[in-house]
Amino acid sequence: MKHRYLKNVSTLTLQAEKCIGCGLCAEVCPHNVFTLNERKARIADKDACMECGACALNCPSQALGVHAGVGCAAAIIQSWFTGKEPTCGCSDDGGGCC
Amino acid sequence: MKTNAQITAQRRLPAPPTVSTRLTLRDRLGAWRVRWGIGRMRYTVEPGLYAVGTPNDASPVLVSANYKLTFDSLRRELSGVDCWLLILDTKGINVWCAAGKGTFGTRELVARIEKTRLARYVSHKTLILPQLGASGVSAHEIKKQTGFTVTYGPVRAEDIKAFLAAGSKANPKMRAVRFNLWDRLVLTPMELVPTTKVSLMVFGALFLLNLFAKRPFGLYDFLAYAVAVLIGTVLAPLLLPILPGKSFAFKGWFIGALGTAGIAWACGWFAPPDLLLGIGYMLALPAHAAYLAMNFTGSSTYTSPSGVLKEMKIALPFILPALAAGIILILIKAFI
Repeated sequence: MKHRYLKNVSTLTLQAEKCIGCGLCAEVCPHNVFTLNERKARIADKDACMECGACALNCPSQALGVHAGVGCAAAIIQSWFTGKEPTCGCSDDGGGCC
Repeated sequence: MKTNAQITAQRRLPAPPTVSTRLTLRDRLGAWRVRWGIGRMRYTVEPGLYAVGTPNDASPVLVSANYKLTFDSLRRELSGVDCWLLILDTKGINVWCAAGKGTFGTRELVARIEKTRLARYVSHKTLILPQLGASGVSAHEIKKQTGFTVTYGPVRAEDIKAFLAAGSKANPKMRAVRFNLWDRLVLTPMELVPTTKVSLMVFGALFLLNLFAKRPFGLYDFLAYAVAVLIGTVLAPLLLPILPGKSFAFKGWFIGALGTAGIAWACGWFAPPDLLLGIGYMLALPAHAAYLAMNFTGSSTYTSPSGVLKEMKIALPFILPALAAGIILILIKAFI
């Protein structure tokens, strides 16, 4: 069964005019968000995006933008107290992340 | 053809340690232990270059993390393969989480390539990275800084042999992250274990209250609480795709409400004189399960930070007042 999360929340953007059609975004995306048509990437399933940032980081022409981060409630709560960017705790007392 | 000088230089290179592709009983016990959170942050291997089989200068280079659970699940898939493993220092964190934190990242990969003198062990210029490392590594930056070309391999180590056999080509199935029942089950101990600290504090408080309470807390109160915690940390993750709603908190609240209602009904808490208790538990325990289920977003493979933030902004204004009101009613019932 395919998991679906909240709709219309992802911050993913694609500037089509900058795309050089290398296809790396489609390759690194863990949720099959992109399709490649006539050497141009297209966002086909934006609601599947988990904002991991892999596509934007690997886009050689900076055509992609996303506010990347961890989708982890414990990390976000922690960031409210520390005032820092949410990061996965991943420590002995840091909740169930990863 | 190599010059004599090159051959001499190569001879002087230290041979990297060879690793076995078989896991021992100790490895398996170690994996079980860290799944339960025992010594989880100290389960590491030394970063650096390793040999699998008898690799030569044309053998592929696989890049991975120094979490031993990751290292083990990769090497066990490599029987009969001759390759190099370049293990990055991710502080004992798995590839995907380390990529999110940036420790499985461009800078560490560049530094590790230089430190291990990788270019002297292989004559080609290709690195195979796990696909999920891509959120920390910029392929074109690696190319620019080291000359190595990054190829993103499959998501799961179990597909690595098929990937290599297909000439470093991944099919769509190898590229997709999955999150099936088993994937979720192995994560649930790390949901449950961290809740024990809070639970012990709750039990301590109840024990103290019992010294003065008119209606002392007993086995059924304990049962109701334990069921709510198990629902939030184990059952909600397991039933995730079939529970109603998209928000994790709602899924947790829904099944928490069913469980609590079942116990309250069986205990007769929905009728006087215990009605107040029933309402109190119906407010507090499903809210607690909702909160615990919401924390599973961090372990899931598909929630976006924007989505989780939105879910929290909607859920917390319900969860926190419900918890507070429920606790107050339960305390009132205990003392009057």
